[in-house]
Formats: sequence, C-alpha cells, structure tokens
Amino acid sequence: MRVESSISRNAPADGQKEGWDGAANTGHVLTPGALDLSHKVMLYLDDITVSFDGFRALNKLSLQIDAGELRCIIGPNGAGKTTMMDVITGKTRPDSGKAFFGQTIDLTRLTEPQIAHAGIGRKFQKPTIFEHHTVFENLELALKTDKRVKKSLFARLFGDDLDKIADTLRLIRLDDQADRPAGLLSHGQKQWLEIGMLLVQDPRLLLLDEPVAGMTDDETERTAELFVSLKGKHSLVVVEHDMAFVEALGGKVTVLCEGSVLAEGDLATVQADPRVIEVYLGR
Amino acid sequence: MRTPVSVKLVAGLGPRGWLAVSAVFVAAWVLVPLAHLMLPEGHPLHISTYAITLIGKILCYAVVAVAMDLIWGFGGILSLGHGLFFALGGYSFGMYLMRQIGRDGSYGADIPDFMVFLDWKELPWYWSGTDSFLWCLLLAVAVPGVIAWIFGYFAFRSRIKGVYFSIITQAMTYAAMLFFFRNETGFGGNNGFTDFKRILGYSITAPETRVVLFGLSVTLLLGTLILGKALIASKFGRVLTAIRDAENRVMFIGYNPLHYKLFIWTVSAMLCGLAGALYVPQVGIINPSEMSVANSIEIAIWVAVGGRGTLVGPIFGAGIVNLSKTWFTTSFPEYWLFFLGLLFILVTLYLPEGVAGLWARIKARRAEKAALAAARTEAAAVPAAPRTPAAPESKLPNGTAAKGA
Repeated sequence: MRVESSISRNAPADGQKEGWDGAANTGHVLTPGALDLSHKVMLYLDDITVSFDGFRALNKLSLQIDAGELRCIIGPNGAGKTTMMDVITGKTRPDSGKAFFGQTIDLTRLTEPQIAHAGIGRKFQKPTIFEHHTVFENLELALKTDKRVKKSLFARLFGDDLDKIADTLRLIRLDDQADRPAGLLSHGQKQWLEIGMLLVQDPRLLLLDEPVAGMTDDETERTAELFVSLKGKHSLVVVEHDMAFVEALGGKVTVLCEGSVLAEGDLATVQADPRVIEVYLGR
Repeated sequence: MRTPVSVKLVAGLGPRGWLAVSAVFVAAWVLVPLAHLMLPEGHPLHISTYAITLIGKILCYAVVAVAMDLIWGFGGILSLGHGLFFALGGYSFGMYLMRQIGRDGSYGADIPDFMVFLDWKELPWYWSGTDSFLWCLLLAVAVPGVIAWIFGYFAFRSRIKGVYFSIITQAMTYAAMLFFFRNETGFGGNNGFTDFKRILGYSITAPETRVVLFGLSVTLLLGTLILGKALIASKFGRVLTAIRDAENRVMFIGYNPLHYKLFIWTVSAMLCGLAGALYVPQVGIINPSEMSVANSIEIAIWVAVGGRGTLVGPIFGAGIVNLSKTWFTTSFPEYWLFFLGLLFILVTLYLPEGVAGLWARIKARRAEKAALAAARTEAAAVPAAPRTPAAPESKLPNGTAAKGA
C-alpha cells in the first residue's frame, strides 16, 4: 500500500505530460488506435481462460495494471505467468475473457506486430536477441519507426535515431560493445541488450519475463535501479523469482497460482499470507 | 565511433566489388566475343561454341543459385521447388521462340507442331500475344512472380516453416510437372518446346546470337549480384537475417515477417524466371523434366556447396557441380547421382560454409601463420625477452581465427 500512495503522488506530474489525467470527467474524443488512458488503466485482463489439451494454463485470471505502475508477478512454476504474457502480446488467444490495452484497444483481436506497435514491449524468459547482428544493429532494428518492407528497403538512420541509440547504449552500459556481434556478449549483457531493444521501441507497457536470471548481484542491483527509474513514464510488469530483486523494485506484488490470482499487495503482506506460504512451501 | 557504423549501413558493393563487376562485364562483352568470333578455331585462345553454350547455361544456373541463396542463406527458407520458377520463366519465353518458328516447322502450319499433332486448329487463348518478344519477357518474370506470391502468401501466413515448407514446395513443383506433362495443357507435353529457329528474327544458332546471349547471361548474373548485395546491405536485409535467427523477437519488436518473407521469396522467383528465359534459347529445349523434384534439390546443393549466405559462393557452387556433372555424365553417366550425394554429404560434414567458407578459412590460417612468424621473429630479435610471453600472444589469433571460420 505504501507503494501505491507513492505512485499516486507521482502520477499527476507525469500524467499531465502524458495527457491521460483528468479527462474522464470532462469527456474526450477517442482516436482509433491511440492509447486511451482516461481511467488510468494501462492493462485490463478480465476472466481470461486458456486451456491446452484440457490443462487450464490460465483460469479466470483478472488483473489490472495502472498507468505508470511497476508490478511484480511471482508464482510457482506452471502458475501461468508466461501464458499470461503470451495472451497480452497476441501469441496465444484466450478461450474466453477480455484483454484491453488502455480503454479501447482489444488485444485479443490484434497480431503480435500490431500489439508491438500499439506500445507493448516484451522481454522473453530466455534472452532473445539477434546473435549475428552487432549490438548497434540490434537496437537499430528495434527502434520505433515505420517497420513496413517498403520503408526498410530505403531506411537511413538520422541524427535523432543515432542519438537515441547512443543514449540507450549508455543506459544499458554497452556503449563500448556497439560493434561486437551480440552473440559474443555475456548472459547478463544479453539481458540488458534485450531490455535496451524494448526501450528504443518506446513502449507504454513493458513485460519483462525473468529479466535478471543469470545476472551477477551487481548487475541485478543496477537493473532494479533502471526499472525503478522507468516507473511512472512506462508501466512495467516484471515476472521474477528472485525475491531480493522484487523487494528492491518495491512495487505491488501479484501472486499467481494455477492460472489465477492468489494474492495481491505489497511484498511483506503477500509473504505473510498463509495461502501464499502454503503454495510455496507446501510442495 | 558513430561514423563508421553509419557508413557501413549505406555501402553495398565496395570499390573493389565495383571494379570486379566492371572487369567481368567488359570481359563478357568484349573479350569473349573477340575470342569466339575473330580467332581461328585452332588458336589456343579460341573459345568454342560448345564452351560458350556450356558456360552460358551455367551462368543461368548461377543466377538461380544466387536467387536461392537470398531466400535460403539470408532468409532461412529452404525451397525445394525453385526449379518450377526457372521452368516457368523458360516456358514463358519458349512460347515466343515457338512462335518465331513460324511456318518452318515440319507441318508448315501457323501453329506449333505439337498442336497440329493434337489436331488443334488455332492457338489456345493463353498463347495470345506470345508473338511479342516483350510480352513473353514480361510473362517470364510475372508468371513465376505471381505464382510465388500466391503460394508464399498462404504458406507464410499459415506460418509454415522449415522442413514442412520445403516439402510443400516439392509437392508444388511435382504437381506442376504432372500438369505440364499432359498434352492437353498446351505446352507440348513431355517433349516440351524445342527446334527453335530464330530470336528477334536472327538465327538462334548463329555465333553472333550465342555471343549476345552469353553477354546477357553475364549481365543478368552481375545484376542479380548487385541487387542481392544492395538488399542484404539495406535494413531490409538485416530484418531478413533477423527473421532467420529469431523470428519471434522480430515479431515482438513490431515487424510482420509475412511481408518480408513474401517480398524476398517473390523477388527470388522472378530472378529464377529471368534466368530460365535466358537458358532456353541457349540450350534449345525446355520440357517438364526441369520441374522434377531432383532438379530443385540440385539447386539447393549448388548453394550448399558454394556457401550459404555468401551471395558469391553459390556462383562457384553452381559452376563446380555443373562442370563435374558435364564430365561425369559423359564419362560415367551411371555414377553421377552417387557422386552428387557424396558431394553433398562431404560438404555438409566438412565444409558447412561451402567453398566460400573454405576460402575464408584459408585466409584466416594464412593470417594466423603470418602472425606466428611475426611473433617468432620478434622473440628472436629481442633475445633478452623470455620466450613464454611470445607464446600466449601467438595463441590469440589462433583462437579468434577458429571462431571466425
């Protein structure tokens, strides 16, 4: 709860800049395809069910992520964390339920690239980067721009793009590695590169699946700092097993179990919940 | 640090590349015609009709190999049906050559001999306009292009990948072969088109015509290389190789792989069609066996032997395989397929990056040896220095070379 209040204190300042604050009462014009955050809700999942051959990966999952919020999602293996991300990014279609991005964008009707354009970036559990491309080229490809074939054939990089890539390289501390093939990076650096690829897309919502797996303690700490600094401007959903990292992020925590939400609240509350303890220790 | 990167992004062919392209172009249009037409037959530098036709044919195959490398080497899509696009280009242009025969056929009729044989009185509707050179040239590009686009759209949209895609392409070319074998299809059945007489009014067997066709084949190959190089050096090329390596990641950063695959797939098919159109007048025959499954597999072998993803390598692959095929099929015809299989196995086992990879490996080894020698002379020149530090230093290029190869 402590975290929530800090977000609502930050929200108006960011909100005015982003233009999603206060519009709900006065009425506003909807633009097709534009993200409508008039109710301060970034992501809205309602009653989502996904089954694979009779196994319910998600079972009436309902979840709401606010604009600018940093949310951690924890849960034992098979709780449905990755399936949830698949539903949000269009990789898996839910059998039933609603998934909305902002007030108006129905995620269940869009393809993966369309969802990426709408403003959702995803980092996979296993770092997925283009190993044969240089670090620079990885960021170049991810850069927010017109990504149709016609444009790619004659694409050039301009000053703004180069600046953005250079800034991101510094942020993810790979500025001295720009010309190296990404496949030669260490595991932790690959994770950072993938995070950088998300950032240059300028997404409104970042989905991060185990972002600090395989990182050193030092790298983990810096990642936590980075995420906390992104909060407010972006919404972040972080799936993680590393409790120290979750604590460092300090956001609201949602516990998933067997495809639905088991508990929600700040880390201490959740950890004290007897049901959560049973799920983690009972097996 | 920024400048070199952005320079690399816009450059396709380097200055050395352009020099090589110009040299080959001049040789094909000046030196080869001179050697063929001006020098007497006994002259050591004379190029025979046989050699010109053989090399011209291999050049057409090389275009197909480069087109195949674009989709397989860079796009990661293995097509085992590329012979179809080549044959469709050949048939399209063959229609023009058939019309050029005029009344010089065995039956002296206005329509091709095989139609007389079928007791047809006039040309079917799809033969209309085929007396035009330009229309048939357009067909040679457009027919493979449209068929590839339609096939590719449904296959890529359904996200058919890997070996499943390869098998479907085989089925596609096999079905087309059966269709073209039928006499009623109107393309000469199993005999196909042959006995060509003229092209644009000139005799098709005249040495001058052969020389021009040869020059055009070289030009098409160079054009294909330049186009391929430009595509690969563009952002499009980087997205394409990214799709090959991690398609999921490409989708989740907002690219639709369907359109990228479809584009390169269609371009590749159109290039094959052009190659087929140039092949037919040089070889003098086109029949449905060009669409056989084995032919398409052979195309993949050219690329594998030459080196996938190297663009220039497949040209050598097409050359090596076809020259040895010419030799084998005259000396030991029954062993050719065994040899082809053996070659494919050996290349897969020992030369995964093909001939082009071998070349890179030799270069790396030479650099390594030079570095070793330099380190030794350095160690000898400084007798006071202990020998041990020289050893790890010479080890360094060794390790990097192994990674690069």
